[in-house]
Amino acid sequence: MIHIPLWKTILVIGVCLLGIVFVSPNFFTEKQLENLPGWFPKNTLVLGLDLQGGAHLLLEVDFEAALQEQMNTLSDAIRTTLRKERIGYTGLSAKKDFVTLILRDPADIKKATDLITQTDHTLQIKSTPEGQLTFTLNEATIRERKKSALAQSIEIIRRRVDETGTAEPFIQQQGDDRILVQLPGLQDPTRIKNLLGQTAKLQFRFVDTSVAADPAKPTPGSDVLAEDHNGQVAYYAVKKQVIVNGENLVDAQPGFDEYNRPIVTFKFDSLGGKKFGEATKNNVGKIFAIILDDKVISAPRINTPILGGSGQISGSFTVQEAQDLALLMRAGALPAPLKVLEERTVGPGLGADSILAGERATVIAILLVMAFMFIAYSFFGAIANIAVIFNLILLFAALSVAQATLTLPGIAGIALTIGMAVDANVLINERIKEELRLGRKMLSAIDAGYNRAMTTIIDSNLTTLIGVGILYHFGTGPTRGFAVTTSIGILVSMFTAITLTKQIIAWWLRFRHPTRLPL
Amino acid sequence: MGLQLIPYNTNFDVVGKKNVIFGILVAIAVLCLGSIFIQGFNYGIDFKGGLLLEIRTHEPVADIAKLRSDMSSVVVGEVTLQEFGSPNDILIRVERQPGGDEEQLAALAKIKDKLGTSVDYRRVETVGPKVSADLIRNGVYAVLWALIAMLVYIWFRFEWQFGVCSFITLAHDSLIVLGLFSLFQLEFNETTIIAVLITVTYSINDTVVIYDRIRENLRKFKKLPLGELINLSINETLSRTILTSTTTLLSLLGLYFFGGPVIAAFSFPIIVGITAGTISSITVSAPLLLHTGLRAEKP
Repeated sequence: MIHIPLWKTILVIGVCLLGIVFVSPNFFTEKQLENLPGWFPKNTLVLGLDLQGGAHLLLEVDFEAALQEQMNTLSDAIRTTLRKERIGYTGLSAKKDFVTLILRDPADIKKATDLITQTDHTLQIKSTPEGQLTFTLNEATIRERKKSALAQSIEIIRRRVDETGTAEPFIQQQGDDRILVQLPGLQDPTRIKNLLGQTAKLQFRFVDTSVAADPAKPTPGSDVLAEDHNGQVAYYAVKKQVIVNGENLVDAQPGFDEYNRPIVTFKFDSLGGKKFGEATKNNVGKIFAIILDDKVISAPRINTPILGGSGQISGSFTVQEAQDLALLMRAGALPAPLKVLEERTVGPGLGADSILAGERATVIAILLVMAFMFIAYSFFGAIANIAVIFNLILLFAALSVAQATLTLPGIAGIALTIGMAVDANVLINERIKEELRLGRKMLSAIDAGYNRAMTTIIDSNLTTLIGVGILYHFGTGPTRGFAVTTSIGILVSMFTAITLTKQIIAWWLRFRHPTRLPL
Repeated sequence: MGLQLIPYNTNFDVVGKKNVIFGILVAIAVLCLGSIFIQGFNYGIDFKGGLLLEIRTHEPVADIAKLRSDMSSVVVGEVTLQEFGSPNDILIRVERQPGGDEEQLAALAKIKDKLGTSVDYRRVETVGPKVSADLIRNGVYAVLWALIAMLVYIWFRFEWQFGVCSFITLAHDSLIVLGLFSLFQLEFNETTIIAVLITVTYSINDTVVIYDRIRENLRKFKKLPLGELINLSINETLSRTILTSTTTLLSLLGLYFFGGPVIAAFSFPIIVGITAGTISSITVSAPLLLHTGLRAEKP
């Protein structure tokens, strides 16, 4: 008699029953699941984008552009400071990651550095005796800003994607500067790409009508920006000074004006409303520009002061354009531009076909393995096959509970796991046969078979787990799906192929009292 | 009663024929290496970047040549079209567009424009140069780390000689799978790396089982010459090695024939790799031990 302690028997039965309970939600419809009692598990399998269809975008945060932007701001700040203090300088320019200038009088170095340090004490300043000053951000500051820019980008992306009404988007940081956006069910990601492709930096600035708006000859103190209406391009010389920017915006909604043309209405917070109100009050009759990402959307004349803190933008929008503009204004600006590095979409048709083909192939693969095991080991093969069935049940139960994603390579991983899972039974059964041939008695042969095969099984499964773990570490989405299903499958097989089969054999020995092994 | 599919009292003299076997396997390895160096790989979109579209049309595509020239007129470089499973399904591959990541997306927009809305886009993939460089690097790291991890594990569990021999065997197996891709110019994608890693992990499985037996026999038969002991161990584990490989191959054949074109392309190299891994575990990993002075260190 093979002795298995009672607690172990209870554990084996318990695990199998739990597996059945946790896998069962997959066989109910959503409606049926809703009507089940609250304690009943409701998690079903999560299908990867390659199976359920959807879009996958890998975005990169362009920190260089953000850094350049910060250098521009820094150079503006330095200009203002030095002018106010009447310190003469030449050649002020913002480079990729530093700002440089030459003081007219090298004796001003101390005064200038002190003044500028007061505005930003983290700046690193280098000077030469000739009066050249170079300003850089220190490493820690850059790292800190990168980190916060990434976090902020993810937040803004989430807001923009949520606003489009896409169901259950998955947005996650990847590495130091990448963001993965997965949009299940979305067929054509063009609109999302357009929305994410804009930084959406919104500014209200005055138009300088005293100078010519020639893009080839910008005047200091203003930028020449374009307004593009379906190919008709107009240029404006826009003053560098910003009246209000998008940070002071609290709401923006698409709407229609009295001629039924699409417009966007917006609302400032109290600070923005005050600034905007004062600026418009003092400049009635002048033109201001509403600028999004350095493009003029609209350049209206101020007819009356706008004091209520809200206003409307009427360009020649389509309804969709007005909706998207309002969305971008509401969601806020990205701290840095985003670039799409990789785009993969799978239509729902292909996904459904893949599920079907995967299911069919897996069922056939399992039937082949089970038939083979039965031919090779008859009764003991049948026991191994029961283990295979529970292996599948527990694998799917674990995937459902853990909400791990099942991908197409993952389906292949399941079939492969089954092929490998019976390996333990082959090892055990071969060992039992061998021990029988060496003249051992039935029971001691079974015992020796299980004990001796154990080290081999552990060694071989551990090596497989190492390989799969490495695959998980280096792989991307679908590959990881493969690694997850295979590793869960192998871990489960250690239980089903060894503990469960031994339990079944113990029952068989106890209730049938066989005299020889049908092996 | 189960059938005795593999006789239990086999007595193959693997060790005696090792020079012939090594000769053949080295020749295959040289062939694979040569092909890799001369022909290189047919890199797919994951590693080369570019565009891939799988479209389904409502009627079978009559004029593939016209579709190809339509596509070629809007993008730079090579465009290949391939029927994919049925005459209504076409796989379009476009070489990576010169420039950066934006140019790939621009090309995709032009192609979609040209194809219009009457076709059903089943799959669209655009991979820019940055991602493909990362994927290549990760693939190489994954395989190297897997080999090293196995070496260390076997070293830890057995003796260093076992570790070194299994490392050589695994490197050989990986080379065969890679050689297969180069020789037949199969599309080399991220899934190819999966195939290599599965081959490695599977081959190490078989090797471990044989090594386990060698270790057991080394304790049991202190006087037996090493060559005979290795032969005995190989023959004792032969039925298990072949039976297990058979079950795994059976399930893979199920995938290959019934899993559709994507899964078939995925399982084919694994089938070859597992076959190669099983053979090399039997014929290489164990006989190699003779050359490492194993017994001299463990009297």
